[in-house]
Amino acid sequence: MKFLFLVLALAAPLAAQATVNVFACEPEWAALAQELGGDKVTTVSATTARQDPHHIEARPSLIARIRNADLLVCSGSELEIGWLPLLLTQSGNDRVQPGRPGYLEASQYVVKLEIPKVIDRALGDVHPAGNPHIHLDPRNIRKVADVLSARLTEIDHANAAYYAGRTADFVKRWDAAIDRWREQAAALRGVPVVVYHKDFSYFENWAGMREAGSLEPRPGLPPTPSHLAELVDQMMRTPAKVIVYSPYNNPGAAQFLSDKTKIPSVMLPFTVGGTDRAKDLFGLFDDTIDRLLKTVK
Amino acid sequence: MNRIVWCAAAFAVAAMPAYGQDADVSKLREELRQLQQRLQALEQRLQETESRSSKAEESATRAESTATQAAQQAASRPQTENALNPGISAILNGVYSNLQRDPNTYHISGFAPTLGDVSPGRRGLSLGESELGFMANVDHMFRGNLIASISPDNSTIDIEEGYIQTIGLSNGFTIKAGRFFSSIGYQNAIHAHAWDFTDAPLVMKAFLGGQLNEDGVQFKWVAPTSLYFDVGLELGRGRAFPASDRNKNGFGSSNLFTHLGGDIGESFAWQGGLSLYATSPRDRAYTDLDSTGASVTDSFSGSSRTWALSGILKWAPEGNNTYNNFKLQGEYFRRRENGTLTYDTTAASLGTMAGGYSSRQSGWYAQGVYQFMPMWRAGYRYDTLNSGTTTLGLVDSGALTAADFPILGAYNPKRHTFMVDWSPSEFSRVRLQFARDYSRMGLADNQIFLQYIVSLGAHGAHTF
Repeated sequence: MKFLFLVLALAAPLAAQATVNVFACEPEWAALAQELGGDKVTTVSATTARQDPHHIEARPSLIARIRNADLLVCSGSELEIGWLPLLLTQSGNDRVQPGRPGYLEASQYVVKLEIPKVIDRALGDVHPAGNPHIHLDPRNIRKVADVLSARLTEIDHANAAYYAGRTADFVKRWDAAIDRWREQAAALRGVPVVVYHKDFSYFENWAGMREAGSLEPRPGLPPTPSHLAELVDQMMRTPAKVIVYSPYNNPGAAQFLSDKTKIPSVMLPFTVGGTDRAKDLFGLFDDTIDRLLKTVK
Repeated sequence: MNRIVWCAAAFAVAAMPAYGQDADVSKLREELRQLQQRLQALEQRLQETESRSSKAEESATRAESTATQAAQQAASRPQTENALNPGISAILNGVYSNLQRDPNTYHISGFAPTLGDVSPGRRGLSLGESELGFMANVDHMFRGNLIASISPDNSTIDIEEGYIQTIGLSNGFTIKAGRFFSSIGYQNAIHAHAWDFTDAPLVMKAFLGGQLNEDGVQFKWVAPTSLYFDVGLELGRGRAFPASDRNKNGFGSSNLFTHLGGDIGESFAWQGGLSLYATSPRDRAYTDLDSTGASVTDSFSGSSRTWALSGILKWAPEGNNTYNNFKLQGEYFRRRENGTLTYDTTAASLGTMAGGYSSRQSGWYAQGVYQFMPMWRAGYRYDTLNSGTTTLGLVDSGALTAADFPILGAYNPKRHTFMVDWSPSEFSRVRLQFARDYSRMGLADNQIFLQYIVSLGAHGAHTF
């Protein structure tokens, strides 16, 4: 009898885990899966807002998580090429291999920006398929939501109605939020901005901001003194209105440029968890727009 | 905009001198009315212009997005049959070596020579082995990987790894077949270009003959736990040291391994591993100088078991390794060999004799590499080996003396290595390394290496 009780006690956590295990490469996709899947999914993000998604160690803990995943959601377009392929081949999990319903590359479903015409590593860390940081355009989140919802339904038929309901609710709230953000971000139209890395392009494109330069001399390479000096000169001639950087960037370079040029710099959450207010996708955009408006004012 | 014009108008009106009030009121009213009309007209024109420009902008955005879509489609259009070519990568490396002692006489005292490539390389400038890699998913079941190294001097092509690996199995199982770097310890499974030092740790040189790649099959299972846990078994032909190719059916070597790993908070990640490699070499030969000064060939037959324990701890503040990170790595090897040692197999000196052989040898190293600023890392490694107790039947029986087996004499080699490297991008690295190597009994060897390693082509993922 005691033995039976023990077995039941051990089995209980397994039964409780009868949800769809979602492995997200970045926090924004974990947040989206949570919005759409509610308590029928368990989400985990491989990275946090303080980590550069290009440079992640293929840690044993990540292999263990992919091993048990039913659905993998990543930005794709080679953003995770330095670590994800290795996790996939080591995982022994065929459900999430490319080509399967459990493998979702979000950037495949949106119009990508900055598809390079010339592909040469002398130009830095170029992504042949275009800029992979697609999530900062709220319309892209909307597009990926539809695909992600369809995948959840495909993997977990039994809860199809549940996912459909949550997705409809999310989309309604999201569309309303986009309208609100569009009004708020009207003041950002045409505002010249200096970025740290080219991870802000989709937001610029959505809000109509103008990129006036980047702290990285070439994508993926850390700022150099000579490049910063050039940037200072350039800003003296044609000043930008704001310098932005992400939680995973070193604020030093942005601070330096800001000190030299008196152009205000601001850290933007970049993804869910990047700031206290960016607790979910709504908070991410609320905070991004607010911080920009406050700085640009 | 409108408000400002209105205010200005109101202000102008209010500021008008108040002379001839009554007579001028009607005139003023008329003027104000005209002003109002003009303002309204202006307002309308402004609105029209605004709506026109927003329309233009909208259509421009639309055109842009159509153009982007077109570009994207063009980019994703398959270009002939090349579209399915595998990923191709090339690793180039070159080194300048400044070696105090002649590398051609390099050996590790106290340990049976491994026949592998363990010497520190050539003096002066030399091209290292160039690596060519081809990799792709074969289909939904398999992934294929071929890595060939081209030796610059005799232009031989050596297959370092050439294997297929399952991607279509579930429940944590993967099977690898072909030639692959054996999962013995930690560093053996990693390609040399991804090592943190120019050369292999002494334990790999002494116990594995450099780097051990086996022709065989590997079965691995990853447990469904949140703590990483795997177990695996490799069965191989036993093509190289410490095995010997035995020309027999079945398999000549086996390696059982397990790993455990996880995170400690956001900043630390760790992995521990244990493996047992077992083989039974026959006539594994090496040359030595006997007591008469003659070069003789001795050979060992028997059983050989190697345990390897490894541990890795990586630190990066909040898991962000871009600016600072630290990697601590260590491995402990222990080998036991029992069997027969045959002296002078070619009867070139005192005649062929055979006796029992038993040895227990061990060694370890520990290394730490710190990235102190973007692109720059510095590291230190300490190596040591323990030749342990070797019992030779021929010496115990008095048939020969220990002087006939000088290379097996007790000695504990050690080495200190320092390095600093600079990586302008993740595809290139320049490294300066200094080592003080006591591999040879009684002789310290100061070694300086200046090395470059670059990788071209397909972006290979890095193991933990």
